[in-house]
Amino acid sequence: MSEVKFSKEHEWITLEGDVATIGITKHATEMLGDIVFAELPEKGSNVEKDGTAGVVESTKAASDVYTPVSGEVVDTNQAIVDDPSKINEDPEGSAWFFKLKMKDQSEMNSLMNKEEYDKFAKESTS
Amino acid sequence: MEIKKTSLNKLHQSNNAKFVEFAGYEMPIQYSKGIIEEHKFTRSHSGIFDVSHMGQLFIYGDETLTEELEKIFPLDLKNLKQNCSKYSFLMNEDAGIYDDLIITKIEEGYLIILNAACKDKDFEILSNLLGSKFKMNLDNDRSLIAIQGPKSVEILKSIINGVDQLNFMTGNWFDSNNQKLFVTRSGYTGEDGFEISISNDKAEKFVENLIKKGAQLIGLGARDTLRLEAGLCLYGHELDINKTPVEANLRWAISKSRLSNGGFIGSKKIMNQMQDGASQIRVGIKPEGRLIAREKTKIFNDTDKQIGEITSGTFGPSVNGPIAMGYVDKEFSKVDTKILLEVRGKKYPANVCALPFYKKNYVKGVN
Repeated sequence: MSEVKFSKEHEWITLEGDVATIGITKHATEMLGDIVFAELPEKGSNVEKDGTAGVVESTKAASDVYTPVSGEVVDTNQAIVDDPSKINEDPEGSAWFFKLKMKDQSEMNSLMNKEEYDKFAKESTS
Repeated sequence: MEIKKTSLNKLHQSNNAKFVEFAGYEMPIQYSKGIIEEHKFTRSHSGIFDVSHMGQLFIYGDETLTEELEKIFPLDLKNLKQNCSKYSFLMNEDAGIYDDLIITKIEEGYLIILNAACKDKDFEILSNLLGSKFKMNLDNDRSLIAIQGPKSVEILKSIINGVDQLNFMTGNWFDSNNQKLFVTRSGYTGEDGFEISISNDKAEKFVENLIKKGAQLIGLGARDTLRLEAGLCLYGHELDINKTPVEANLRWAISKSRLSNGGFIGSKKIMNQMQDGASQIRVGIKPEGRLIAREKTKIFNDTDKQIGEITSGTFGPSVNGPIAMGYVDKEFSKVDTKILLEVRGKKYPANVCALPFYKKNYVKGVN
């Protein structure tokens, strides 16, 4: 599996073959608070880099989930729809959002690595 | 304008509060455990709420004060016993609501608890209506602390002797450590609990003491989910100057004895609406599934006609699902009426339901 990459919209992404797994970062869940609702893209649909690909709602507000790369949705994580609190518990592990069959793997190049993202996240909160 | 802070601000900070500005005050929205944990802790144990931003208006005067206040509020104040509280409204001539409030008859006067965002305007309106005949004090030297939840009575009793003898919606002065506290048995969560008016310089110590006894600080976030589960209105959401108490489904708060003769501000409109009904009315709304429909969500019937709007909507932690309140046209206000909510461009099914979402736990008859 590839190294974990991060977007400015606080998504994380890993790549295995041409299938990317995408979720939201721990930092994002801390900003959102308790997540109580999740909506995911439909399997088989095509999503475009930086487009919306879902919604999460906390007790406070609704936020769009964006996709950091383009591709066809090949799998979604029903477990987080059934129990959205899982997203707070394990955001960067079992609570992934969706898997995409990527069209253009070079889209990964513009994303941040862990170190860059941690710095970005720290600056964007302060 | 500079943001105001309550006397508990430092204590909030040291308890890792996340702050928001609310009605000109820096207030805690939540602490480190988060809204759901805080909500559940209040329902199962005891939560402490800093509500010092709310107005504490003391009005003193002779029996003519009661007569003058009856010209303003739709209450039978002449027959209200000392130390008893009533929920009421400050209205305009069209029965539009300036504010909702709790009024308590105290020795030689009344104590009125006002919403933070409305208190200065309320004071101005009441001063104009009452003239200079009575002593009015919107007391900024006192903090207001609420303690809510099933363990609250035990905890508070161990600090203020005798509070367990209060019935719901009554209050009294108590002595604790050589200071005078005004304590009412009331609240905004659907739980048994108390509100304590205490001088600013003693508030922090007092709350630290409550924490030592096992209560925990709870933020405005959980205060909102708790009150919504309890079906209680929030000014600026369910209530405003364009809504009347009848439309807000709060006719129970209007004293029956005042309906025959009127004589309070807005009485004509209230009496008309009591007879003919209001065209829109506040209802409870339960979305199907897990979808949350927030404030301003449009409500439709099955023929695509807009029939109302949501005024508050969130996830109810004790209900374990989404809940909302809103206004719908009268013919759609019956419990179990199927409605549709438009969220992010799509329509989702929901049902009109009875309030509260969460069953109350008030202590009614102690004595």
